[in-house]
Amino acid sequence: MYNFEFEKPSSIADAVAALGDEEATALSGGQTLLPTMKQRLASPTKVVSLLGISEMQGICTGDDGALCIGGATSHADVAAGASAYPGLAALAGGIGDPAVRARGTVGGSLANNDPAACYPAGALASGATIVTNAREIAADDYFQGMFTTALDESEIITEVRFPVPQASNYQKFEQPASRFALVGVFVAKYADGVRVAVTGASEEGVHRWTAAEEALSANFSADAVPAAPGADGMIADLHGTAAYRAHLVAVLTKRAVAAAS
Amino acid sequence: MSQVTMTVNGKEMSSDAEGRTLLSQFLRENLGMTGTHVGCDTSQCGACVVHVDGVAVKSCTMLAMEADGAAVSTIEGQAADDGTLNTLQQAFQDHHGLQCGFCTPGMIMSAADLLKTNPKPSEAEVRHHLEGNICRCTGYHNIVKAIMAASGQDVSSIAAE
Ligand SMILES: Cc1cc2nc3c(=O)[nH]c(=O)nc-3n(C[C@H](O)[C@H](O)[C@H](O)COP(=O)(O)OP(=O)(O)OC[C@H]3O[C@@H](n4cnc5c(N)ncnc54)[C@H](O)[C@@H]3O)c2cc1C
Ligand code: FES
Ligand code: FES
Repeated sequence: MYNFEFEKPSSIADAVAALGDEEATALSGGQTLLPTMKQRLASPTKVVSLLGISEMQGICTGDDGALCIGGATSHADVAAGASAYPGLAALAGGIGDPAVRARGTVGGSLANNDPAACYPAGALASGATIVTNAREIAADDYFQGMFTTALDESEIITEVRFPVPQASNYQKFEQPASRFALVGVFVAKYADGVRVAVTGASEEGVHRWTAAEEALSANFSADAVPAAPGADGMIADLHGTAAYRAHLVAVLTKRAVAAAS
Repeated sequence: MSQVTMTVNGKEMSSDAEGRTLLSQFLRENLGMTGTHVGCDTSQCGACVVHVDGVAVKSCTMLAMEADGAAVSTIEGQAADDGTLNTLQQAFQDHHGLQCGFCTPGMIMSAADLLKTNPKPSEAEVRHHLEGNICRCTGYHNIVKAIMAASGQDVSSIAAE
């Protein structure tokens, strides 16, 4: 890893100012960024830690009943503290291993938007709002393909608001070596319809499976889940073919509905 | 360079670190405490697990500067001053929970983290908690057995030594 200057501001305003330098990068749990820097795939000259900012920590319930999670809240804290939204707490509790969950954060996961990460599925299926230092972004507009998001350079996720569904479940088919999702499906049932988000499967990154959403909004039962989506555009690698992943999408959706209802 | 100070196993220690100095490197190279092992250096294997403010983390994936002011516990702080092993360490010895010993510091620190919140874990809970700790020698069986024995459970029905 190349050397860099380290700063740990205690407010969002100071962090935004520190990130104004062109070569500066935000650091949250570091579970993705530090390995990336060791491989020299990233070489910022300044690293700005977001972990000293108390207003970016913690979980609360908003006036509209949504679960609000500070951008720098760890997976372990969400697993233990998001009892108002059990499906999301379980998702956080299934990420990586205990040491990864102790450091990794919701903001880091959503900013990174790894195509096999868990949180993007939870945020998209919940129709969450990604709150940054500058604006509020709807999850439907936020995810823009593998490792790509609507965030501008040096914009930071300060909070994520998750509307709490009537029923929900996340099913992750674990890639045993990395513990990421080979495929993961998050199903969330709201009063106005069902949302289904799929991670790990598509070359477009996290996405909604609209055919399943329509069928499940009419009849929320595992039997209503449509046949597997086509294999076109699905990821194919040594862990699974495109057809295998497409098949998993339907199987995991059924399991998620069965577990949620 | 700036000075980083942390309380390591109850003693305050300081040394100069660069921005890029990892906590694992700070413990091993700056403080000379080589009990914390570095296996993969990519946050996969768990050999480097230490506790920072009571929470188990992979010290190869945390900057030393992030631990400035923190209380850190490492494998060196586990035995008594006269060298008497703690219950968990003794159980690893009694149940052959180690072979080459490379993974053992991380295994002990992860297991201690589990027993703090779950004093009598089931076998499945132990295995689940150790997902981020890789051992290339033992096949895990005796590690799991040692941890269950250390938590005061009868391990006689758990298969062969
Ligand atoms: C062994 C292992 C297993 C894992 N398993 C899983 C898994 O099963 N599922 C899963 O989803 N993930 C998994 N992860 C990834 C983990 O969840 C990471 O913690 C997460 O992807 C990144 O979060 P972080 O807080 O560590 O971010 P960092 O590594 O600190 O940052 C990641 C990126 O996001 C940017 N960033 C960080 N915070 C913000 C913010 N608030 N606003 C804007 N940009 C920001 C950084 O600049 C950087 O580019 C695993 C990681 C490891 C090491
Ligand atoms: S050396 Fe830190 S996880 Fe392997
Ligand atoms: S005892 Fe050799 S790696 Fe675990």
